[in-house]
Amino acid sequence: MATLKELSMKDELLCGGHRACAGCAAPIAIRQALAAVDTDVVVGCATGCLEVTTTIYPYTAWNVPFIHSAFENSAATISGVETAYRALKKRGKIKRDIQFIAIGGDGGTYDIGLQSLSGAMERGHDMVYICYDNQAYMNTGIQRSSATPKGASTTTSPTGSAIPAGKVQIRKDLTEIMAAHHIPYAAQGAPSHWKDFMRKVKKALAVEGPAFINVLSPCRLGWRFDPAETIDIMRLAVSTCFWPLYEIENGVVKVNQKPRDKRPVREWLEKQGRFRHLFAPENEGLLEEIQKDIDDNWNRLLAREAMA
Amino acid sequence: MSRRVAITGNEAIAEAMRQINPDVVAAYPITPATEIVQMFANSVSDGKVDTEFVTVESEHSAMSAAIGASAAGARAMTATSSQGLALMWEMLYIAAGLKLPIVAPIVNRALSAPINIHCDHSDTMGARDSGWIQIYSEDAQEAYDNLIQAIRIAEHPDVLLPAMVTMDGFIVSHGMSNAEFLDDDVVRGFIKEYEPKHYLLDVENPITVGALDFSDWYFEHRRQVADAHTRVKDVVLQVAEEFKGISGREYKLFDGYKLDDAEYAIVIVNSAAGTAKTVVDELRAKGLKAGLLKIRLFRPFPQEEIVEALSGKKAIAVLDRADTLSLMGGPLYIDLRAAMYDSPGPRVKMVNYIYGLGGRDINMEQIAGVYNDLVEIVKTGEIKRSVTYLGVRE
Repeated sequence: MATLKELSMKDELLCGGHRACAGCAAPIAIRQALAAVDTDVVVGCATGCLEVTTTIYPYTAWNVPFIHSAFENSAATISGVETAYRALKKRGKIKRDIQFIAIGGDGGTYDIGLQSLSGAMERGHDMVYICYDNQAYMNTGIQRSSATPKGASTTTSPTGSAIPAGKVQIRKDLTEIMAAHHIPYAAQGAPSHWKDFMRKVKKALAVEGPAFINVLSPCRLGWRFDPAETIDIMRLAVSTCFWPLYEIENGVVKVNQKPRDKRPVREWLEKQGRFRHLFAPENEGLLEEIQKDIDDNWNRLLAREAMA
Repeated sequence: MSRRVAITGNEAIAEAMRQINPDVVAAYPITPATEIVQMFANSVSDGKVDTEFVTVESEHSAMSAAIGASAAGARAMTATSSQGLALMWEMLYIAAGLKLPIVAPIVNRALSAPINIHCDHSDTMGARDSGWIQIYSEDAQEAYDNLIQAIRIAEHPDVLLPAMVTMDGFIVSHGMSNAEFLDDDVVRGFIKEYEPKHYLLDVENPITVGALDFSDWYFEHRRQVADAHTRVKDVVLQVAEEFKGISGREYKLFDGYKLDDAEYAIVIVNSAAGTAKTVVDELRAKGLKAGLLKIRLFRPFPQEEIVEALSGKKAIAVLDRADTLSLMGGPLYIDLRAAMYDSPGPRVKMVNYIYGLGGRDINMEQIAGVYNDLVEIVKTGEIKRSVTYLGVRE
C-alpha cells in the first residue's frame, strides 16, 4: 500500500472544482477508490449527487472515461461497456488492460437499481460496483430509501405527532444480498479508514469477475451535522458497530475492524440532527431497540466469522 | 451466391444478425421476438459469430447494456417486442439523445392491457417520438434487407442515431415465406467495420458521456438530435442505392403501388399492405383507379415526398394498426393529415381506419369496403366519420 505522501503525488482522476457540498463523503470515497487503481479504468455512475455535481456541461471533473445513462442502471450500463471491452479485445481492436467501476448511491443501488445490479453480478461481469451509501435520496432532497436506518427523520419519513419515530422500518442489508450472489468479493468500507477501504478496492479490482463494495457516505445536509465532522461521524459509525468494516472473500467472512471500546450507538445518533427526536422521552424505547438491532447484527457477524 | 430460402421473419432477422456479427448483443426473451434471441444464442454457442452475447435480466437492462456497449465503441444490437419495448422507453430516449447508433429489430405486438401477444403497432408507434429512426417492413425479405441497411444508416457519420426495424408479430415473424439471403462476405463488405470517433474505451482520450445539461445547453443538444434526423432521408436513399447494387432489390422512402394515376389511395405500413395490394389489383380490374402507399421510413417522416405522391388524389384512407386514443385517429393518420395540410391544390379528403388491434385479421372485403367508402365520400362530398374502427364488434 502506498503512503499518504505517495498517494498525494498521484494524478487526481476525479479532480477538484466539482460542485459537491463541503463535507460530502462521496467524492472523498471515489477519489480514494480511484487512487487504488493501477490500470486504465472506465467509470459509470447512476443519476444522483455524485453524477450531477461532477458533470455539469460543459465541464467534467472526471479525468477518466465516464458514462452516466440513467438512475437504475449503472450496473447494466457498465456491464455493456465491459462486454464491449471483451468483444473488442477478442477482435484485436483493443490491446490495453482496462478495469471497470460502476457507482451508485443507495437509492440507485438498494432500491431502483437492485435488479440491474443483481443481474450484472449474476452474469459475472468483471467489474467493481461501489455503492456510496448516504442512507437516503439526498439528490432529490432527503427522501427515505431502503438504506435509511430505523429512527431517521427524512422528508418522506418525517417525525410527527402520529409517527414520532421517523422511519419505522429497519434498513436493508445490501452487502449480505450481494454476498448471497456468491460473487468472489463483497465488502463494506468507509473513507475514514482509508487504508482498509483502498485495500478493499484493490482486492475487488484484482478478483476475476464481479465485486461489490458498500461504502458509508455521510451527507451533512441529510444527516444534519457540521461539515467539518464528516470523518469523525464515519469513525463513530464504525466504533459503535453501526457500520462494521468487513469483507466476504469467496464466502469467507472477515471482520476487519473490531473496536476495542465498542461505543453505545447513541453517541453516533446524537451527533446528527436526523435523529434528534429519538432523545425525546416518548422515543426512549426506540433508542433501546436500535441499540439491540446493532448488537444483534454485530454478534451475528462475529459468529459468522468464527464459523469460517 | 445468394440463397433462396423458405423462411420465417424471425429466422430472417436471426440470419441477418448472424451475418452482421455485431460486437455485442444484449437481449431478453419476449413473445414474439424470443426466437430471434434463441436463434442468435445458437449462433453464439456454435461459434458462428464471435459476438459477446449478454443475457440481461430485463429489457431495460438490454437497452442500458446496449447503450454502454455502443458508447464504449462497439457495434451493439438488441431485439424485442411490445412490453419489452415499453420497458425500454426511458432508455430509448437516452440512446437517441447520446446519438448512439444501436440497431434493434422489433417484432410488432400489442401492448397490455388486456395482455395480448399478437400483432399491432402500438409498441413501435408509441416510440415514434423517441428519436429513433423507424423502418417498417412488409415481409421477411424486407425485414432482412432493412436490418442490414439499418446498420449503415445508423452508423453513417452524418446520422449517428439508433434505428429500429419492425415487422409484424406472428404474421411475419412466424409465417413462412420466400426470401433471398445474401452471402456472408457480401453482407460484411456492405456493412463495413464500425469505426467510432469518440468512445469510452479510447482511454487515452477520456470523454464524459451523459453529462448534465441545465437550461443553458439542453435545448442545443436536443436540437442536434433533430438536426441529425434532417440528414437521415438522404442517407437512407444513398444506402438503398448501394444495397440495390448487391441485392438487385430496390428500396425507397416508401413504396407506391399503382399509385401514380390512382384516384383513391390507401396509406398503410407492414404486412397488411400485401393484402391491400391484392385488393387494388381486383379493383383495378373492375376499372376503379385504386392505389396504395406503403411507408417504409416512418421516422423521420418523409413529408415532402409523401405529400408529392398523394397530392391530387380524390380521397385517401389511412389504415392504422394502432390507436392514439386522442380521438383524432391513429398515429399514421394524424401525421399524414398534418403533412397534407401543405399539399398544393384543393384539400384532399382523408379518413382513418383503425384495424387489426391485438392481431385481429383484416380481410380483402374490409379493404375493398374502405375503397368503396372513399368512392362514396367523393360522390357525396361528405365524410360521415373520419375515424372508423374496422372489424370490431360494436
